[in-house]
Amino acid sequence: MFDNNVSAPALIGTSGDSLREAFGKALAAIADEFPKLVVLDADVAGGTGVHHFRKAHPERLIQFGIAEQNMMAAAGGLAAVGMLPVVTGFAVFLSRAFEQARLSISYCKRNAKIVASHPGLDVGPDGGSAQALEDIAAFRAIPGMTVISPADPYETALATRAILEFEGPVYMRTGRSAARRLFGDDHVFEIGKGEIIRHGHDVTLVACGVEVARALDAADLLIDAGISARVVNMATIKPIDIELLARCARETGAIVTAEDHNIHGGLGSAVAEAVAKVHPCPIEFVGVNDTFGTSGEPDELADHFAITAPFIAKSAERAVARKRGLQ
Amino acid sequence: MTSAKITVRNGAIPADAPDTDIEVQIADAARFVRRHTIASIFRAGSGHPGGALSCADILACLFGAELNVWPSGTDERLRDRFVLSKGHACPALYAIGAYHGFCDKTAALALRKLGSPFQGHPHVRDLPWVETSTGSLGQGFSVALGMAMGMKLQKMPSRTYVVLGDGELQEGEVWEAAMCAAHHKLDNLCAIVDYNKLQSDASNDVIMRIEPLADKWRAFGWTVFEIDGHNIPEILSTLHLAASTHNHPSVLIAHTVKGKGVPYMENGPAWHGSVKLTRQQAEEALAALGADRQEIMELLDV
Ligand SMILES: Cc1ncc(C[n+]2csc(CCOP(=O)(O)OP(=O)(O)O)c2C)c(N)n1
Ligand SMILES: [Mg+2]
Repeated sequence: MFDNNVSAPALIGTSGDSLREAFGKALAAIADEFPKLVVLDADVAGGTGVHHFRKAHPERLIQFGIAEQNMMAAAGGLAAVGMLPVVTGFAVFLSRAFEQARLSISYCKRNAKIVASHPGLDVGPDGGSAQALEDIAAFRAIPGMTVISPADPYETALATRAILEFEGPVYMRTGRSAARRLFGDDHVFEIGKGEIIRHGHDVTLVACGVEVARALDAADLLIDAGISARVVNMATIKPIDIELLARCARETGAIVTAEDHNIHGGLGSAVAEAVAKVHPCPIEFVGVNDTFGTSGEPDELADHFAITAPFIAKSAERAVARKRGLQ
Repeated sequence: MTSAKITVRNGAIPADAPDTDIEVQIADAARFVRRHTIASIFRAGSGHPGGALSCADILACLFGAELNVWPSGTDERLRDRFVLSKGHACPALYAIGAYHGFCDKTAALALRKLGSPFQGHPHVRDLPWVETSTGSLGQGFSVALGMAMGMKLQKMPSRTYVVLGDGELQEGEVWEAAMCAAHHKLDNLCAIVDYNKLQSDASNDVIMRIEPLADKWRAFGWTVFEIDGHNIPEILSTLHLAASTHNHPSVLIAHTVKGKGVPYMENGPAWHGSVKLTRQQAEEALAALGADRQEIMELLDV
């Protein structure tokens, strides 16, 4: 499914890169195509991948100091006079400027982008205070805000271009940890479109971000249990791909969502809202169970908080059992 | 502070007009703003008269002689940007806009009504000429800073002006923006503080002291002017001085009276917000603002 021996365009988003590094490299590589692009930083360029951009285009990096609220609202002002601002920072700290994103960006319908690194348990040892497990829920609730969470470095590079080409406010999650390459050079990223990345007919595993790789692993585990699992990469959480969800609900009759986020308000909620409307079926939710994180390595944390492949597989078995009970 | 010759930046008033003419025209605009504010808040049954009245002279000076803005066009490069960061004072903004032809005078009386673009706080998607949506104190200042930055990056000759409340200065974001504007040497950014000494519940001193205010701005790297915010020649000449400051953003700390022009409202914290004016109160206010019987009827009834 993926090819590690990739050519020139994939210099951005190569295997082993974290999503934040992939974002920063992509931004640096394509900046010349977007003359109005400026990147806003609050003293975390070294952590968000933006150091790549700063190195290539120092004059287009605007430093705001450790002042996220001012940075977020200023992006609205920059966009108002024709610039293309990309607000960058750690997810948990950009959430502190939620209301600025709401009023000065989305309510004003500004063409500004918000790109947040360090989401979820994937943050690791920095601990609970630093792990944004609520950002998707919060930003998804803002009218007009598109919410994106790509799954691998290459898709992150593609998504970086896509959000710059897209007209309107976007919140995009990247990621802190090294990420494995899931998609080949022929991968296409389109805002608002989910993609079936593995075929199956008993259940659909719908995942975003780091959970897509875990969902693929879960599908492997499920073979032993005699369950054929379909895997959907739902990189756009808002607007959610309701047609694809209807089709998967119809064809597989059971769904499991998986996300590195609180089970409330994120991908699972978005999927449930859509499925309840178009084709109700059993849904199981894999995510952090309405609690805060803690310190540990990302994989340890994922296991501790039950969002790794075996837990996704368990949930899939439950969803299938519920489906069969219903039938 | 006063200066000999008043300078008109925007051509709204002929540059060679005698100073007395300029002052007369701006005073007329300010009077219009105050009357319109009272009438629209009376009609709405709610609103914030005190802080609208206190900034009426400032808005009249900005729109009358300083801002390069035109109702007929929206030149992105030449147009100055004006942001009313203390968005609750928008009846005054709508009124000065109406006075200068950015919107219809009668339509702008339909404040806070369903279907009206004149919302309780300004919204740029309803009224493009308000430049950005405000109402959450502190944010408009950051947006104005972003605009000034964008102008510099694109080498635009235009400037950004922003009016802040004194209570608004308690927002941490204001000082984030103040630090940032000085750091980036945004000399195309001019802030005006409507220093009426009152906020929502009580005086600044009771709620949260903001003095020493001029020292604070200076310490943050701003060029500071302290003026009487109801003295039209002084506002005009100081705006002119501020526009020629280099390397530093400038702030006018404008000492004002909350509720200015309506004696029973002046300096009264009760007239900040959520004010439902009775017919009698509205008539008394308009009479104090020099409106005759006929004008009062037109403002309140038509
Ligand atoms: C962030 C935020 N917090 C609270 C309010 C509610 N509020 C509206 S006006 C106001 C008082 C503002 O006082 P000041 O800035 O002095 O305005 P003025 O006296 O000029 O009316 C408050 C607390 C708000 N609009 N925004
Ligand atoms: Mg005040």
